[in-house]
Amino acid sequence: MPKTLLDKIWEAHEVAPGLLYIDLHLVHEVTSPQAFDALRLAGRTLRRPDRTLATADHNVPTDGSNRAAQIRDQLSRVQVETLERNCREFGVPLYSIGSERQGIVHVIGPELGVTQPGMTIVCGDSHTATHGALGALAFGIGTSEVEHVLATQTLQQQKPKAMRISYGGELGFGVTAKDLILGTIGRIGVEGGVGYAIEYAGPAIESLSMEGRMTVCNMTIEGGGRAGMIAPDETTFRWLDGRPAAPAPVPREGWTELRTDEGASFDSEVEIDASALSPQVTWGTTPGMVAPVSGAVPEPASEGEERALVYMDLEPGTPIEGIELDRVFIGSCTNSRIGDLRAAARVVEGRRVSERVSAMVVPGSQQVKAQAEAEGLDEVFRRAGFDWRSAGCSMCLGMNPDTLEPGERCASTSNRNFEGRQGRGGRSHLVSPEMAAAAAVAGRFVDIREWEVAA
Amino acid sequence: MNAITVIAGNISVLRRSDVDTDQIIPKQFLKRVERTGFGQYLFYDWAKEPGWDLDPNPILVTGRNFGCGSSREHAPWALEDFGFKAIVSPSFADIFYSNCTKIGLLPVILPEEEVEALMGETSARVDLEEQVVSFGGREVRFETDPEIRRRLLAGLDDVGITMQRGEEITAYERERERSGPVTTAL
Repeated sequence: MPKTLLDKIWEAHEVAPGLLYIDLHLVHEVTSPQAFDALRLAGRTLRRPDRTLATADHNVPTDGSNRAAQIRDQLSRVQVETLERNCREFGVPLYSIGSERQGIVHVIGPELGVTQPGMTIVCGDSHTATHGALGALAFGIGTSEVEHVLATQTLQQQKPKAMRISYGGELGFGVTAKDLILGTIGRIGVEGGVGYAIEYAGPAIESLSMEGRMTVCNMTIEGGGRAGMIAPDETTFRWLDGRPAAPAPVPREGWTELRTDEGASFDSEVEIDASALSPQVTWGTTPGMVAPVSGAVPEPASEGEERALVYMDLEPGTPIEGIELDRVFIGSCTNSRIGDLRAAARVVEGRRVSERVSAMVVPGSQQVKAQAEAEGLDEVFRRAGFDWRSAGCSMCLGMNPDTLEPGERCASTSNRNFEGRQGRGGRSHLVSPEMAAAAAVAGRFVDIREWEVAA
Repeated sequence: MNAITVIAGNISVLRRSDVDTDQIIPKQFLKRVERTGFGQYLFYDWAKEPGWDLDPNPILVTGRNFGCGSSREHAPWALEDFGFKAIVSPSFADIFYSNCTKIGLLPVILPEEEVEALMGETSARVDLEEQVVSFGGREVRFETDPEIRRRLLAGLDDVGITMQRGEEITAYERERERSGPVTTAL
């Protein structure tokens, strides 16, 4: 019987029905301390430290601090120090603050090559779906499940239903992976993927860079899906080739089999015309409240949308391009990889950030930061008036000092525009790195398709 | 985890859809490394809004897609610590639902019109054994995955159960574990 990519990975990891083996467990400081405590309390050991990898990302300041002791916020400091102590005690490899391999957990996994096709990957973080871009089954778990994986390297898990979203056509000029996924969430809704693992397929997906594919899979959870995945291909193999933890040479033949068979059936199929998508901007307080940049803030169609417009201080009918901004954030596990920074730098090259805007770039990892600096991107951003920061989750969720002030309006390349997400009372609009960069210069949203790049 | 059979008492109504975990427990409280004491921060910002009224009753009744967003188990911890023992909604986000079942906070899915009717009541009785919610003289059935239900009814510790299957896991590792570099070799 023809199988889906999900079927193949699931079957290869079933210890027994309902018990799934986990190839890679990624750990960070926020959702792990209580799990390590529970292990200690029960006198349990960590089954496979060699299939576990930790980093500090959510809490770390991006001011260049390079030791936990330098973190001024006491609670944040204790949390990072607790991670360091737990990893020492249980033998978990850790890239903490100060390590040249530290970064956002969903950026460093693929970057180091520990994320590989065909794997099962979990992490106490909902954006774990990111790793599915390399043909893995990857999903977020809670702290009780973190404890379960630490102790047993397995999860009690029922197989999700399978959805395939097929994209016909190609993305137009100026339309990015971020616009593709925002447009998709706008279409299926924030609950559309609940209960499903989503496979993204079609020419528009195959044409995407590895970074773009990670952006797409990353936001699967914003459409309700726990896992998003893309069949590995030559783009995947070339991207992994030579990375520290990747097999050398990469096993092209075995990995090529990791694709949905012709005629395999899905529980749900969605078709989207990629060529019809425009650059997207969210106007509300869920990622599904989204409009094309050339459009306007819509009339509210529900109590939730009415509430969102009040929170966002927006009137129906306001052109998206008329929305003025106070802040711009380029970063997060959605859009902080080198490809994202190159794209944003190309937009701001030779320009200045608007006087009304305060803008920052937060690379996803120290390695991305080093690469960007080697290419001179940091100088492009600095000359334009951007603040160039150190790696971490930063203002995607504002657990570190990078936050919005009440009432501030931000163009953000992150993944959530929930009330208060980036700071209490802050107003977030989700966009692509290119759109964020152009908005920083213009002081309002502009259609990137009409942007003239400096010669 | 405490065993759950029947949860009965007054209900609290939160008439909102797509309630995300950032609202349930904002980020600043995720810095704590303890597992207890989150109830005081539940709906921290919303609780400051005029007209906010949410009592710590045994049953919370709320709108669609409850618990969407982040995987933070701090959200169910906060709801449970605040006093809720069951949450009734037309739908839940996947990770949130799973997290609730791991700590013995019972998520109950009812059809939208039944949730709407329940919102008009003051009390209800949720019976996990029979999978029935009773209110206003009626009984409405709900479904729970049989394995999850068994564990909740017995108050079983998932980790303990799986650890008893160590031999199966070892056999998997011996026969089928994927080869290749591991994290400790980096």
